[in-house]
Amino acid sequence: MANEIALSHYLILGAILFGLSIAGIFINRKNVIILLMAIELMLLAVNMNFIAFARYLGDSAGQVFVFFILTVAAAESAIGLAILVVLFRNKRTINVDDLNQMKG
Amino acid sequence: MLDNMPTVYLTIVLAPLMGAIIAGLFGKTIGRGGAHWITILGVAIATVLSLYVFKYHVMDSHAIYNGSVYTWLVSDGIKLEVGFLVDNLTAVMLVVVSFVSLMVHVYTVGYMHDDPGYQRFFSYISLFTFSMLMLVMSNNFMQLFFGWEAVGLVSYLLIGFWFTRESAIFANLKAFLVNRVGDFGFVLGIAAVLLYFGSVDYATVFASTAKVSGQTLQIFPGHPWSVLTVICILLFIGAMGKSAQFPLHVWLPDSMEGPTPISALIHAATMVTAGIFMVARMSPLFELSETALSVVMVIGTITALFMGLLGLVQNDIKRVVAYSTLSQLGYMTVALGASAYAASIFHLMTHAFFKALLFLAAGSVIIAMHHQQDMRYMGGLRKYMKITWLTSLVGSLALIGTPFFSGFYSKDSIIEAVAHSHTPGASYAYVAVLAGVFVTALYSFRMYFLVFHGEERMDQHTREHLHESPWVVTLPLIALAIPSVIIGGFFVEPMIFGKFFGPAIFVLPAHDVLAHLHAHDWKEMALHALGTAPFLLALGGVLTAWYCYRINPKVPAWCARKLSWPYKTLLEKYWFDHLYQYVFAALGRWLGKVIWQLGDVRLIDGVIINGSANSVGRLARWARQVQSGYLYHYAFAMILGLIILLVVFVPGLSGKMLALIKIS
Repeated sequence: MANEIALSHYLILGAILFGLSIAGIFINRKNVIILLMAIELMLLAVNMNFIAFARYLGDSAGQVFVFFILTVAAAESAIGLAILVVLFRNKRTINVDDLNQMKG
Repeated sequence: MLDNMPTVYLTIVLAPLMGAIIAGLFGKTIGRGGAHWITILGVAIATVLSLYVFKYHVMDSHAIYNGSVYTWLVSDGIKLEVGFLVDNLTAVMLVVVSFVSLMVHVYTVGYMHDDPGYQRFFSYISLFTFSMLMLVMSNNFMQLFFGWEAVGLVSYLLIGFWFTRESAIFANLKAFLVNRVGDFGFVLGIAAVLLYFGSVDYATVFASTAKVSGQTLQIFPGHPWSVLTVICILLFIGAMGKSAQFPLHVWLPDSMEGPTPISALIHAATMVTAGIFMVARMSPLFELSETALSVVMVIGTITALFMGLLGLVQNDIKRVVAYSTLSQLGYMTVALGASAYAASIFHLMTHAFFKALLFLAAGSVIIAMHHQQDMRYMGGLRKYMKITWLTSLVGSLALIGTPFFSGFYSKDSIIEAVAHSHTPGASYAYVAVLAGVFVTALYSFRMYFLVFHGEERMDQHTREHLHESPWVVTLPLIALAIPSVIIGGFFVEPMIFGKFFGPAIFVLPAHDVLAHLHAHDWKEMALHALGTAPFLLALGGVLTAWYCYRINPKVPAWCARKLSWPYKTLLEKYWFDHLYQYVFAALGRWLGKVIWQLGDVRLIDGVIINGSANSVGRLARWARQVQSGYLYHYAFAMILGLIILLVVFVPGLSGKMLALIKIS
């Protein structure tokens, strides 16, 4: 029993991934690319939960959702990177600390 | 039209008003000639109709007219109306006001000949005539107050007529402010009348004096005052302002900054007598308050003697006449205090003619002297201006009370009345008015000798151009000189010894000093006066002036040196101007500055207006710290919000979370 992988292990993995991604968003002061990667990671954490519950409940609807999310995530990162390229062209930087034009 | 008296009364007041409006608003269109013709026409209509009204009421003894022509408003049973009360008192005032005004209108054509403000001037003096006529004809306190304030306004406008002169602006502001003090008392008096009588109509108020006379009120707790005394004193404070009685006299000498016709019309003959007229009109109230009469008498006494003394040291020809006016107004006030209202109005009437004459003569001299007003640079003018000289002499003789001249009859009646009066202060008043006769004679003839006799002290250029003034100036002088001589003898018998004013003036039998006077006809009265104290004092004054300014001109300078302290007191006008300027005005300005700086700048601007804007700014400066502009801050806030919303809205979640925290 001890070496069997239970649902809770998957959920804990998902939670760790989610936590890492949140930390990646907040603590990251360097680079917008890392920000995008953290967002991808956040989506993967959600995917992990979907897959785990789909398997646990024997309902494949969860896996279908994962495919959708992967597709959307791919599109999103493509757009995100495209924005990033334009941003770099304009500002000559992708440093997060320099991007504070919305400062009040 | 002449059968319909209300129409006549209305025409009397409206004709000058029309003249004023046309000359004032369309002055450019109608030109200088048009302006003086239209206003003179308006005032001439008023004068002719006033004479008709005089004949109708006085000679034909028609009933008193008391009626309203227009109801302005009715509020809580109190009616404010425009109405006319025409009795013998009003009739006399109408004739005096309109006649002197007409003379001044004609005179102005000559005096203001080259002035750029010609049309404006005519518009103002016609407006003044309208206001003064409204004042004397009113049958209620509201209209009286309207006229009172309107004449004050026109006086202000005319003192500052030459508004580019700083001294004129100072003088008109001073006149206005000093009159505010008086008017404050006056309006309080009217309010008290309204409060206790419930009406502002003369007839209603005078009919219910018995009801109010016993009442008292407490201004300071524990000191009950008679309501009538308070009302009378408050009303008299108004009269003190308008009639320039001590201590509100300071504005009148300064008002000489205005053009001379104004000094004659407003500040000598008519407006300044409004206070006297008002007290006479209110005689049913004043008679019932011994205290008020005493106050009136004492104030009048101070004014009559001490303002006359100031006339002795003035060098400006107009200022001498101005102080003389103050002194004569004091005489009228003394007569009011002695309950000799008829004598007061009689003196008002004679004074209006001879004082207007003296002012206009002074104006004529000023024209000849090219607007030099200092008597030290005049002298010997009688050779150059015969008419002005003779009319001035007539005016001066009337002023000092020479028997057979008009001033004699009125002034002698006042002095006799004061001698018989038992009002507290009457014995002091008697001494003062007798001394005043000497002073009056001295300053009048000092002026006369300095201007018309002696060596010619003007410069060569002025002397070469000396000539008599044009007929528009001399005609009014002659027209005023005639009544200055004859009017006293003509009216003394009915006014002083008869019942001329009838019910218009109410005198308690106990106060009726005029009844004690020995009834004479006018010739006897004048002849009888030849050996009496007033005549001898007047003669003494003239002889003193003659000695000091003709025989031995070193005497005045010697007196000024020997009596330097009294002389300086007179020169400085008893330091009243200093007192008012450096104490009251300075205090007022200081108070205004404090309120401006603390109340306006600090509190309203600083705290309320800019303060609220500043606090919003400060709040925003603090709040904008939240907007760092960093993406991760916003995202963090989002997550934080999400967690809070989840905790709040998902049922059972908070319990589980707490359990989790406990476990960990």
